[in-house]
Amino acid sequence: MGQHPVIKVENLWKIYNLGEVKVEALRGISFEVTAGEFIAVMGPSGSGKTTLMNILGCLDRPTQGHYFLDGQEVSKLSQNELAHVRNKKIGFVFQNFNLLPRLTALQNVELPLIYADLPPQKRKERAEEVLRSVNLAERAHHYPNQLSGGQQQRVAIARALVNDPPLILADEPTGNLDTHSSEEIMQILQKLNQQGKTIILITHERDIAEHCRRVLHFRDGQIVDNETVEQPIKAEIILSELLQEEEAVEPV
Amino acid sequence: MNLSESLHSAILSISGNKLRSFLTMLGIIIGVAAVVAMVSLGEGVTEEIVGQIGSLGSNQITILPGRSRGVPGAPVARRGGGDILEWDHYLDLEQVSFPAIKNVIAENTVSAVATYGRESVITRVVGTTPAYPEVRNFQVEVGHFFTQRDLEQAERVAVLGKTIAQDLFLSPQAALGKKIRIGGITATVVGVMEEKSTGFQDLGEQILIPITTMQKRLTGSEYLQTITVQTQKEEELDLVAKFLEVFFTNRLGDPDKFSIFNQQDVLDTINQVTGTMTLFLAAITGISLLVGGIGIMNIMLVSVTERTREIGLRKAIGARPFDILLQFVIESSLLSALGGLIGIVLGIIGSQLVARLSPYQTIISPEAAIIAFSISVGVGLFFGIYPARRASQLDPITALRYE
Ligand SMILES: Nc1ncnc2c1ncn2[C@@H]1O[C@H](COP(=O)(O)OP(=O)(O)OP(=O)(O)O)[C@@H](O)[C@H]1O
Ligand SMILES: [Mg+2]
Repeated sequence: MGQHPVIKVENLWKIYNLGEVKVEALRGISFEVTAGEFIAVMGPSGSGKTTLMNILGCLDRPTQGHYFLDGQEVSKLSQNELAHVRNKKIGFVFQNFNLLPRLTALQNVELPLIYADLPPQKRKERAEEVLRSVNLAERAHHYPNQLSGGQQQRVAIARALVNDPPLILADEPTGNLDTHSSEEIMQILQKLNQQGKTIILITHERDIAEHCRRVLHFRDGQIVDNETVEQPIKAEIILSELLQEEEAVEPV
Repeated sequence: MNLSESLHSAILSISGNKLRSFLTMLGIIIGVAAVVAMVSLGEGVTEEIVGQIGSLGSNQITILPGRSRGVPGAPVARRGGGDILEWDHYLDLEQVSFPAIKNVIAENTVSAVATYGRESVITRVVGTTPAYPEVRNFQVEVGHFFTQRDLEQAERVAVLGKTIAQDLFLSPQAALGKKIRIGGITATVVGVMEEKSTGFQDLGEQILIPITTMQKRLTGSEYLQTITVQTQKEEELDLVAKFLEVFFTNRLGDPDKFSIFNQQDVLDTINQVTGTMTLFLAAITGISLLVGGIGIMNIMLVSVTERTREIGLRKAIGARPFDILLQFVIESSLLSALGGLIGIVLGIIGSQLVARLSPYQTIISPEAAIIAFSISVGVGLFFGIYPARRASQLDPITALRYE
């Protein structure tokens, strides 16, 4: 594990030109991520975390600098190649879930497979399998507005996983969730990391960041600290504690 | 993403917004329905007119005194006219050895009172010649038509129209051999014609007598109102018309003293009128489909804006610009195709209603339906492309952030 970098960023700049004002969202960022890492990105609001994530996810291009994904320079790719990379190599998880309201959970999960040109039967089987892995098999035919926030985020994670991408990018995936749901999400992410997925996660919460093994600290568009977490929190343990507390408060 | 996926997603989006989809399609629906119904009415009326003209006998050229101006076949102002065509002209044409000419008939029509016993009717009396049934494709039902001998002898014989026979004698059989008064003369009924209508008048309301009888005993005038020539074949109409032009110019000394109506010209005129009508319909359709298309474009633009986030999400999970383009183009084409189909169904229903409620028959034209449908799909495609392109060019981050 970790022989070659999945992500290599060199002197990355992102400058938003708003006419009179220029916003320097990223100011010369360089770092590497090796395969199988689990990284948290922290930093004050407006420090450039989402901007970086969008560039890493091939949704946006840097103003200056180089970004190598799997050894390939992203700025050299065409629109269609970028779409292919987003489809196959990256799984996105958003703070606000971004599920399509008119599709069922299962159909939402199937969506990336449609763009991967998988035949319908295979699609369904694969989507069901992934939904099962996030413990939502019985909710497959529910619509997003019939699901809780935590369940919706699990559907979104299933969607990010369905094409089996090596890299998962999560922008504040627990930002809209309570502690319990957050821990469930972190448990899934930790499990995925153990299975070998590289995960980068943005969070505002120290508790969440400490589930990861490395924390990048952002300030004003720069990485100001690269912290290693000696003993990452195990979501599994927290969850069982939470369950005990809940049972203590409301004995059945 | 393949076609069936795009289709599925388009169906989902259209059925998710039924009222709006219907209103969007309305322009197309009305346009296509109007075309289908109106063309069917136009074809029905044309068929009826052409059929009636054909039922009056085929391959005819009619010579009239006086010069008519304007479109042949249409009622027009006449210059000159009156006493120009002579009995001799008829006889000479009968005699002429021109193989293209099959039959020649002369006709004079007057109004007269016909009386039998205490029954009397005011009616048209047509003096004509023995070839009349063949030329007019109008046969005797009982008895026989008057003969060449009757014509030469100016016999007092009459062939009744069926309506008149029924009015005066209750049945055609009862009329045979009876003597009736027509104007100033008494004539023996030798036959009764079959039932027939030109669509403009009931031919059963006329009495046919030898034209010589009419000239000598009823009107005293030697002149003819019309001469009709029948050719062997349709292709010979123009040739015979030219011959007649020369013949009568020679006889009358002036081409302006008579007019020649070629049956073909009349049919051509009708087809020309129908063609103009079709063009007019096409213009109306074009405009309504254009309006429908703009409606579709408008809604598609709204739809793209509404679904900005969806587009951003689809792009983030791997949709190529072309996938997005296809999705929206298919949606707009499907809308217009659906509108076209509904329009065709409504048009057919409408034309059935017209056929039932009006005196006109209607003929559904599959060509008109297919063309209208294709145009509506084309309109959906064309007006869908701009909104779809806009969607496909959206920047994923801006789209995902869109509130
Ligand atoms: N499209 C844009 N146009 C102009 N400025 C932008 C745009 N996107 C981001 N910015 C600016 O770039 C800076 C970094 O924004 P970014 O969204 O990366 O922050 P963040 O670290 O994710 O903050 P938060 O924790 O609140 O999500 C901010 O100052 C923001 O105003
Ligand atoms: Mg952010």
